[in-house]
Amino acid sequence: MILDVIMAGFGGQGVMLMGQLLTYAGMVDNKQVSWMPAYGPEMRGGTANCTVIVSDAPVGSPVVSEPKAVIAMNLPSLDKFEPLVKPGGVLIYNSSLIHRAPTRTDVRLIAIPANEIAAELGNTRVANMVMLGALLAATEAVSTSAVEAALKKALPAHRQDLLPLNLEAIARGRELVK
Amino acid sequence: MGERILMKGNEAIGEAAIKAGCRFFFGYPITPQNELPEYMSRRMPQVDGTFVQAESEIAAINMVYGAAGAGARAMTSSSSPGISLKQEGISYIAGAELPAVIVNIVRGGPGLGGIQPGQGDYFQSVKGGGHGDYRLIVLAPANLQEAVDLVTEAFDLADYYRNPVLILGDGLLGQMMEPVEFKATKLRELPAKEWATNGLRNHGGKTNIINSLVLDPHGLEEHNIRLQEKYARIVEAEQKAEIVDCDDAELAIVAYGSTARIAKTAVTQLRQEGLKVGLIRPISLWPFPVKDFEKVIPTVKSFLTVEMSAGQMVEDVRLTVNGCKPVYFYGRMGGIVPAPEEIAAQVREILGGAK
Repeated sequence: MILDVIMAGFGGQGVMLMGQLLTYAGMVDNKQVSWMPAYGPEMRGGTANCTVIVSDAPVGSPVVSEPKAVIAMNLPSLDKFEPLVKPGGVLIYNSSLIHRAPTRTDVRLIAIPANEIAAELGNTRVANMVMLGALLAATEAVSTSAVEAALKKALPAHRQDLLPLNLEAIARGRELVK
Repeated sequence: MGERILMKGNEAIGEAAIKAGCRFFFGYPITPQNELPEYMSRRMPQVDGTFVQAESEIAAINMVYGAAGAGARAMTSSSSPGISLKQEGISYIAGAELPAVIVNIVRGGPGLGGIQPGQGDYFQSVKGGGHGDYRLIVLAPANLQEAVDLVTEAFDLADYYRNPVLILGDGLLGQMMEPVEFKATKLRELPAKEWATNGLRNHGGKTNIINSLVLDPHGLEEHNIRLQEKYARIVEAEQKAEIVDCDDAELAIVAYGSTARIAKTAVTQLRQEGLKVGLIRPISLWPFPVKDFEKVIPTVKSFLTVEMSAGQMVEDVRLTVNGCKPVYFYGRMGGIVPAPEEIAAQVREILGGAK
């Protein structure tokens, strides 16, 4: 097991796509991967979330009750998933929208003002990429080139011009994790 | 090695069907299998195939009956309540001995139930579901590569035995993404479809009739005897299971589908703790892999069946183990997916209690 992560936020924050990018990148790196969405009415309004596993061995359970990492894009997601992070794991939260500090003391806490950074870059929709960048820096789960390949694949042909913006957002997220 | 493609389970099943030569898909929407008909609606026109969103599940299965009768590779998919609606048609297709593939992406029941994963349709799948003495070949994939491979095999099995084949998945497999590879495999020589109602000129003027109505009781009994002989051949030849770490196991977990992959993680955890635990994963639910169990029964001390149901497959496990060893059960219902830790805790309790 290299990484298991739960990514969560409001529907529309790009949580599912963020997870798919990580999954695809893992596949490009020749790892075993799985992506599992929480599907159903949860997607509208409440928290949407997905679980991604990147592993050297074939993925057994795609369901994870104690993930090594959690990305929380909003407060309900932090409330729901903060208690689950494996001790010694990493909790990355969107401090643009979450105004309480996490209470865990046994995990690495990383605050990322993802919406502000995305706004500085000129497109608030890349907040998810900023968070992904932070995760990549904190976990080294997949290679940068694999993420780039995944992005190229994820963007439709007429949207390839958004590639530099997304890569920049990932880079900004990375910089915030030392 | 071919290209690995990252796909959702429902879509991977659809593409596997197309690669297997399925050119007729009839469906009706229901969560959590909607991506499958959606995918087919996009892909079928590209391969000169036919996609119909029918007016109901009953219409869809009867369209499968028609297309299969004409000799085409045909498929329908649904989720639990929709599969219940199809049962009449499934019984007709089995009675008329037509090849078809049906996909059930199971959700929690009974009734309309919920939309989260379940395994409460086991009885319906392997014990009947529709009326009369018929059997479906039932295959339960545990990951998406296996789903792809089993769909390919399902079409071949259906043609080979002239029998409907059910792919029993669940919401977890339907919704999750994993890399898959589409391999060109030729599994067996298939007989020509000389029985198909596809025009006299294709059969030298011989009239073919496809029918499941046999009013003469003697004729119907003969038909049933022939069906039972066919089912006996399938039981003999088509059992399939995966056995993991059972050589020295004190306890074997028995689980199928996505529950089995979760159980596999539990086995890994328990082995790291030094507990001698293995896994038997039935892949063919009908025929039930009795032969694989027979390899394990003499040495394993007890069995723990884990299902996302109140306990359905466990009845077949008990029939197979036949009192030789204790068979325990752990289940979650209603769309709750068990975590590996939960299963591991059950095993620890059983093994601890046995000391």
